[in-house]
Amino acid sequence: MKPEHLTPDQQAWRRFRSHRGALVGAWFVAFFMLVTLVGPAVWPYRPDAISDLQFDAPTLRHWFGTDVHGRDLLARVLHGARISLGVGALGAGVSLVIGVLWGALAGYVGGRADSLMMRVVDILYALPSIVFVIVLLTALNGLVERGEARGLSGDTAKTLQWLGLFAGLGAVSWLTMARIVRGQVLSLRTRPFVEASRALGASHARILLRHILPNVAGVVIVYLALTVPAVILYESFLSYLGLGIQPPQASLGSLIAEGATQINPLRTYWWIIVFPAGTLVTALLALNFLGDGLRDAFDPRSGRGG
Amino acid sequence: MYFLKRLAFLPGLMLLISFLAFVLVRWAPGGPFDRERKPASPEIERALQARYHLDEPVVKQYVRFLRGLVRGDFGASLKYRNHTVADIIAQGLPVSLTLGLLAFGFALGVGVPAGFYSAMWRGKWRDYGISLLTLLAVCVPGFVVGPILVMVLAVRWGVFPPALWETPRHVVLPTLSLGLYFAGKVARLLREGMGQTMQMEFINTARAKGLSETAVLLKHALRLAILPVVSYAGPMLADLLTGSFVVENLFQIPGIGVFLVNSSLSRDYPMVVGLVLLYALLLLVLNLVVDLGYRLLDPRVRYE
Repeated sequence: MKPEHLTPDQQAWRRFRSHRGALVGAWFVAFFMLVTLVGPAVWPYRPDAISDLQFDAPTLRHWFGTDVHGRDLLARVLHGARISLGVGALGAGVSLVIGVLWGALAGYVGGRADSLMMRVVDILYALPSIVFVIVLLTALNGLVERGEARGLSGDTAKTLQWLGLFAGLGAVSWLTMARIVRGQVLSLRTRPFVEASRALGASHARILLRHILPNVAGVVIVYLALTVPAVILYESFLSYLGLGIQPPQASLGSLIAEGATQINPLRTYWWIIVFPAGTLVTALLALNFLGDGLRDAFDPRSGRGG
Repeated sequence: MYFLKRLAFLPGLMLLISFLAFVLVRWAPGGPFDRERKPASPEIERALQARYHLDEPVVKQYVRFLRGLVRGDFGASLKYRNHTVADIIAQGLPVSLTLGLLAFGFALGVGVPAGFYSAMWRGKWRDYGISLLTLLAVCVPGFVVGPILVMVLAVRWGVFPPALWETPRHVVLPTLSLGLYFAGKVARLLREGMGQTMQMEFINTARAKGLSETAVLLKHALRLAILPVVSYAGPMLADLLTGSFVVENLFQIPGIGVFLVNSSLSRDYPMVVGLVLLYALLLLVLNLVVDLGYRLLDPRVRYE
């Protein structure tokens, strides 16, 4: 029998495919994305349609019940989950770009520049990120308001505000990514294949893009997969504080916050907190399963099985 | 030597962090006096600004702040006018410290055994069960755990009081809400560390010596596998000790956790800077302690 020859990446994918938890996670994430994309179009209620049916417990008509304004909770959860997933993906994307660029540059250039860039990361680590985010978001709100005063349409302003939220969340979650990438690049830089490429006269850009970054990809994918749930969690915390998604729009975090205000000893409208919270937790679980599976597959040091 | 050098860098780092925080909060649009007496005349506002020297250039304000700092004066809060920042922090800090330490104890006390047990039964159903639970702990945010605990244990069953900070019974629910996430995180780190450690050569050696599996795990593997937990403990403790907005807000606990968010929102500049400095100092010092502990646990570690 001819011995099979697989590249490390192929081996990693094979390990990933035989990882039960990761597969369940991956399918769940896919299912989630499908439901949040298709769901709002199929479900007959709109997330912002107010009715007289306030605090109606879950029924066949309203599967998740209704909230304080008689709005259908399932429609709101579908919409909120879509926003939360979007924020997670884009925020993680921003952190990916900043983190990889910063880390790769520091690691590749080395020396003084490296220690300077890493000190910057250390200092940012020591600043509580919430202060950063609040300053950034308020600065952005100011800009949007000024834009609206100058005749910017409401929709454009809202989109801008959104993008600001993504950027803000990305801007506070790139630090660990930068550290990881820098460490990898630092050890790759002195490898023979990089020196060979340099001896052949390759430019720095080519060495970095063609030889070093592809070798970092595995670690980056793993960490990216774990950043997505982290950003979703952070956004839900911000929305819980009332800083994230603004009403009448809702994310899972702001829906949970709404539900939490309705807790009192006399009556418990359990559904308005249980369904949004359940959705958030399920999504985070699935994403973490996926991330764990990727890590087990791509990181040869991590323990196998489990 | 290495640690002395790092200790020597500490004041410089703190200075840099204080300047960054100082400039950052002032750069955000809006000011501390926006919300009060809405039709405040421009004269009043200007007088207020002058009283707190907010009309000066930022660098001059910063120098003034540093001069106060030398005397141990962090300035006066702009929102709670009759209190200094130091007063407010001194009032809330003991509560936050108590809650933080309790949660820290809970996180380690539950997380370490759970992670160890999970690693002991790696790949068996006990491991899967515990791993699922610890992952759940990491995924459920504090603002979900808290209300659910209140709803079930306080409102329904009446086992614990739903809020406030008075008797020891008041402490239980906040500690759980705060510590659960960290317990899950610790357990997961330890399990992963054990997984990596168990593949190393010296484990085979220990087994070859005829040690029981428990001895191998407890005496040989744990010491190395706990390192990721140790390095996580530094930032974790800094986080916990400076209070949590969610938990203190939910249980109406008079700590300092609520102030970081609220002061940032209300542009209480001196308050924000004071709290940022407190957090940064804790974090930097604790990281230093962690690195020292690292060397004690793993003699192979050498710092340049």
